[in-house]
Amino acid sequence: MKLVTAVIQPHRLDDVKAALEAAGIRGMTVSEASGYGRQRGHTEVYRGAEYTVDLVPKVRVEVLVEDEAAGTVADVVVQAAQTGKIGDGKVWVVPVDDVVRVRTGEHGPGAL
Amino acid sequence: MEEFVLDTGNTAWMLASSALVLLMTPGLAFFYGGMVRGKSVLNMMMMSFGAMGLIAPIWFLYGYSGAFGTDIGGIIGNPFEFFGSNNLDDATSFVSAVGLPVLVFIGFQATFAIITVALISGSVADRMKFSSWLVFAAVWVTFVYIPMAHMVWGGGLLGADGITSSIATPIDFAGGTVVHINAGVAGLVLAILLGRRKGFGKEPMRPHNLPFVMLGAALLWFGWFGFNAGSELAADGTAGRAWVNTTAAAAIAMIAWLATEKVRDGHATSLGAASGIVAGLVAITPAAAAVDTVGALAIGIIAGILCALAVGLKYKYGYDDSLDVVGVHLVGGLTGTVLIGLFAHVGDNVNGTWIPDGAMNGLFYGGGVNQLLAQIIVALFAVVFSGVLTFVIGSIIKATMGLRISQDDEVSGIDLVTHGETAYETLGTSRNFGEA
Repeated sequence: MKLVTAVIQPHRLDDVKAALEAAGIRGMTVSEASGYGRQRGHTEVYRGAEYTVDLVPKVRVEVLVEDEAAGTVADVVVQAAQTGKIGDGKVWVVPVDDVVRVRTGEHGPGAL
Repeated sequence: MEEFVLDTGNTAWMLASSALVLLMTPGLAFFYGGMVRGKSVLNMMMMSFGAMGLIAPIWFLYGYSGAFGTDIGGIIGNPFEFFGSNNLDDATSFVSAVGLPVLVFIGFQATFAIITVALISGSVADRMKFSSWLVFAAVWVTFVYIPMAHMVWGGGLLGADGITSSIATPIDFAGGTVVHINAGVAGLVLAILLGRRKGFGKEPMRPHNLPFVMLGAALLWFGWFGFNAGSELAADGTAGRAWVNTTAAAAIAMIAWLATEKVRDGHATSLGAASGIVAGLVAITPAAAAVDTVGALAIGIIAGILCALAVGLKYKYGYDDSLDVVGVHLVGGLTGTVLIGLFAHVGDNVNGTWIPDGAMNGLFYGGGVNQLLAQIIVALFAVVFSGVLTFVIGSIIKATMGLRISQDDEVSGIDLVTHGETAYETLGTSRNFGEA
């Protein structure tokens, strides 16, 4: 099993979700994240006091899949999240030792 | 024996005005609360609510009497004359001329004392002991606000027969000296006595909730109609004049502030809009019925620009007036008070302007420099009076019970440490049912 993690632009979430659903993925975990890569941040000014906001809002999407599906899922996410501008994010895939479904206690691919 | 004739129209308007002005203090709590970090918003708001809790009883017990009782040395009224809001006589009170029961006037004036104290809290954000704040509030209103209200409005040193009587009668329609210069100076002195917040100028301290700030500014504007139009003490054309001038100054000051920061920083911000509204409201307060509409617009523009520039001074000089009580209320109060000397317009009654006996047209309206001189003198007097007394009161509290929470507590957040609460729900809160 693999864990596909994508950190994307928040406004791409709906498209990524729809694309994953269309690709047959039945579940995902989404969390708000902050970060920067080459994009860096921006400045804000409050009553003349300037602040640099280094970390910009991102969304982290995590999907657990069987080994053979990982490549497809990563490609689907990339396609749906891409705008071509700096700050689009990253997708990475890591191996997972075990998965347990909390409701039933079953282990392994059956728990996906 | 004089007879009291109730004017129901005036009385109804003043009851409504009093409620409007009281609403300004919770409005201020939102205005200030949104500007601090999320870990100290409750303490910020509690300083305003605490002022409501303390100052109203003080005012009803001896505050009104101290401000409007029989004059003692031009400084204060006899605080025991109407102690407990007793011994009142509608027929002999000076509001009998407008058919207003004196108790209604006491209520109206209480709301001014409350918000003046609450205004000061903006300079001490995030770091002042709540117990010390309450003690300060009670002592300050007693020894600074009440005498100042007496000197300006109760027939004391800054009134018609006061120190400027040979020059001109000073004009403070609704509280430029009593409320805004007074609170602004006190805020500056208290901020200096307290010292800077930990991390001031280094760590980010951006406003945590700008919609709260906008909501607060809206409530302040709404309540200010009671403050300014209500200060006419009657439902008449002069109240209308004050209403129009109040809105004219607030509106154009917002635009002036936005233009200033657009040029300087590149953006017109929501915080700038909220701040500009308040700067305009502050500046027009002493002048509300004493200038014509063009004068009100001029005062609004000048105040919007000056205050937008003044809020940067604290970084230059290194005092942590956290939410710009100096930049908005002191600078705005001084601006309005002094500009009366240029724009005061003794109109006919059709025009609805109000000028006290002995006051003159401003410099731009052919009255010469006398009114300007009188305005500058009372402004300086208010600055020195409030500054010296606030320093004495603040220093005594600092030496005895202390003014500040510990640095560790400041880092943890004053809401949690002082009030045992946090404003926003965080993960990991569980309910303790207690051991039976």
